[in-house]
Amino acid sequence: MIEFTMPSLGADMEAGTLMEWLVKPGDHVKRGDIIATVDTQKGLIDIEVFDTGIVNALLIKVNEKVPVGTKMALIATDKEAPVPIQKQPPGVERRIRATPLAKKMAADKGIDLSTIKGTGEGGAITHVDVEKVISGKIPPEVHEEEEKTGAAENIRMAVAAAMSKSNREIPHYYLDVKVDMSKALAWLTEANKQRTVKLRLLPVVLLVKAVAKALKEVPDLNGYWENGLSEKQEINIGFVVSLRKGGVMIPAIHDADKKNVDELMTSLNDIIPRARAMKLRSSELSESTFTISSLGEGNADTVYGVIYPPQVALAGFGSITEQPWAESGMLDVRPVMNITLSADHRATDGATGSRFLMIVKKFLENPELLVQ
Amino acid sequence: MDALIKNTTITYREAIKQAIREAMQKDEKVFLMGEDVGRYGGAFAVSKGLLQEFGPDRIMDVPLSESGFVGAGIGAALKGMRPIVEIMTVNFGLLAMDQVVNNAATLLHMSGGQLNVPLVIRISCGIGRQLAAQHSHSWEPLYAHIPGLKVLSAGTHEDARHMLQPALNSPDPVIIFEYTFLLNAEGEVSEDAGMVDITKAKVRRQGKDISIITYGAGVYKALEAATVLAAEGIDAEVVDLRVLRPLDNETVFDSVRKTHRALLVEEAWGAVNVSSEVCARIMENIFYELDAPVMRLGGQEVPIPYPKHLENASVPQKEDIINAIKKIMLHD
Repeated sequence: MIEFTMPSLGADMEAGTLMEWLVKPGDHVKRGDIIATVDTQKGLIDIEVFDTGIVNALLIKVNEKVPVGTKMALIATDKEAPVPIQKQPPGVERRIRATPLAKKMAADKGIDLSTIKGTGEGGAITHVDVEKVISGKIPPEVHEEEEKTGAAENIRMAVAAAMSKSNREIPHYYLDVKVDMSKALAWLTEANKQRTVKLRLLPVVLLVKAVAKALKEVPDLNGYWENGLSEKQEINIGFVVSLRKGGVMIPAIHDADKKNVDELMTSLNDIIPRARAMKLRSSELSESTFTISSLGEGNADTVYGVIYPPQVALAGFGSITEQPWAESGMLDVRPVMNITLSADHRATDGATGSRFLMIVKKFLENPELLVQ
Repeated sequence: MDALIKNTTITYREAIKQAIREAMQKDEKVFLMGEDVGRYGGAFAVSKGLLQEFGPDRIMDVPLSESGFVGAGIGAALKGMRPIVEIMTVNFGLLAMDQVVNNAATLLHMSGGQLNVPLVIRISCGIGRQLAAQHSHSWEPLYAHIPGLKVLSAGTHEDARHMLQPALNSPDPVIIFEYTFLLNAEGEVSEDAGMVDITKAKVRRQGKDISIITYGAGVYKALEAATVLAAEGIDAEVVDLRVLRPLDNETVFDSVRKTHRALLVEEAWGAVNVSSEVCARIMENIFYELDAPVMRLGGQEVPIPYPKHLENASVPQKEDIINAIKKIMLHD
């Protein structure tokens, strides 16, 4: 029997509240299926299962808040004979069952019925249940949502927690390099001539591609610091998306090194709006191995990022600006981008970081290498 | 029933007879007419001996023609008498339905308020004497449907004894339902109770957990059920509607406002009965007092069977009431 636990969706996550089960005991699930939605500081997240088998039992009730790592469900592998299915509440009914009198009393007293456990028929909330709360015999269950003062603030707190941890624990070192983007932009112009407006590539896709390829060559920067550096096989690029109301979300582009520029563009077009809407899947929140922070056009020249733990490095891309550019004894004006690396000095040293930046620079200045 | 109807005082039959006798002694305009009420002493011996006391002008045997003698009663009432018309059983009452609906209940309206019909019709009814499908009826709802009538149900000895006089005092037609299965049962009647208020329902037992709202044959069954439930910690209130038209909303509402739950019990066929109306009024008026759905126990919708066990199964019994209340209160 496989235990399905509340996943960690980032270093800052301590607990999540189950909002809905999308499966019931007896359902067949396969790796990657979304089986639940969980409310976290980063919004409602679709939780994926990592195993294939048959749901045996759902252990957590809707609206229950549990710490990361708590057993949420048992999944029988295909080899295991499914244990007789226990009758479980369907968990999908969100309408509150309450008697007319209970509703009226709760409304009069300003009590949220969702905080009361019903003891009536079919779990209906009766006037006796409301009276017990009014008389203080049973305190209402403190509901997570009541404490929240808004999604933006939750995100703020999540960012604060992660960044504090990073600044407290990670000895950062910083490197930067200027890159002439003229060839890259010319390549993009040419490439976009063959694409419809919808499929058009943006400069950012070259940055993602260049980083992914560079990480193949410098795997030390693609991993987690967990009492030592553990390099990751997959190159999942976390892409910082800043939210309109403040805060950031960092959805992952899985296997970025294996995707071509068009596929990467498709990924970006998919995850950015979903990140803004706070509708991401659990794997997109928890599995990035390296982070890119790209400021985009018309913004600051340089960004020195703070590493998102337990990752060990972050690449920052400023906006492309025209700058004087000396080359072969000549002065020219070129579109230039400042690229920075923030890296964990516990995991790597400046030489490694520098090698990485120089490879990124090489790819961006020779874009034909990127699409090989 | 044994627990509640003590063998101390009088039978239901005797209670009715005393009521008739007292009314006739008080007012010489009161007279009794009906099939076999005189020389035979009444089909159920209710009027036995009254012919000797009051004479054939006031204890009047009539031909077997319900439409005819009910019409005669209406005529007498119009001319200022206070007739008590006995319809032997409710099934025969159908034959007089035209007189009841189109004359007794309507003349006040048709005459522009000039003609009152101070008529009392007593009807024996009910189920439980193995009289089979054609003679076992609970047709209170048919009469309660008709505007212009006052419809009473004597579910207790007390009401059988004290309901007739206020009915006779009414300027308009009153139907009183009496229950043949109760005739031999003895019960307590307080002589000094005074007249029944025939505008109000009656709370027969105080309780706080659930209101059993019933009438007629359901009253004693509900009281017995409440006694059993009390031993199990459920405190049921029993409301005897008693007045089926016009319904006394306030007594019903006050009870449900107190208990927040209601079970409606009657022997009449389940669909479109008095409980249907009471249920609707509760919903319409005091929905937000409810802590559970209003439930009904009515008669099975079949011609009432002759065999005793099937007859019993066709109407709500004490055990059915107990079970229904446990379901509402304990969800089991």
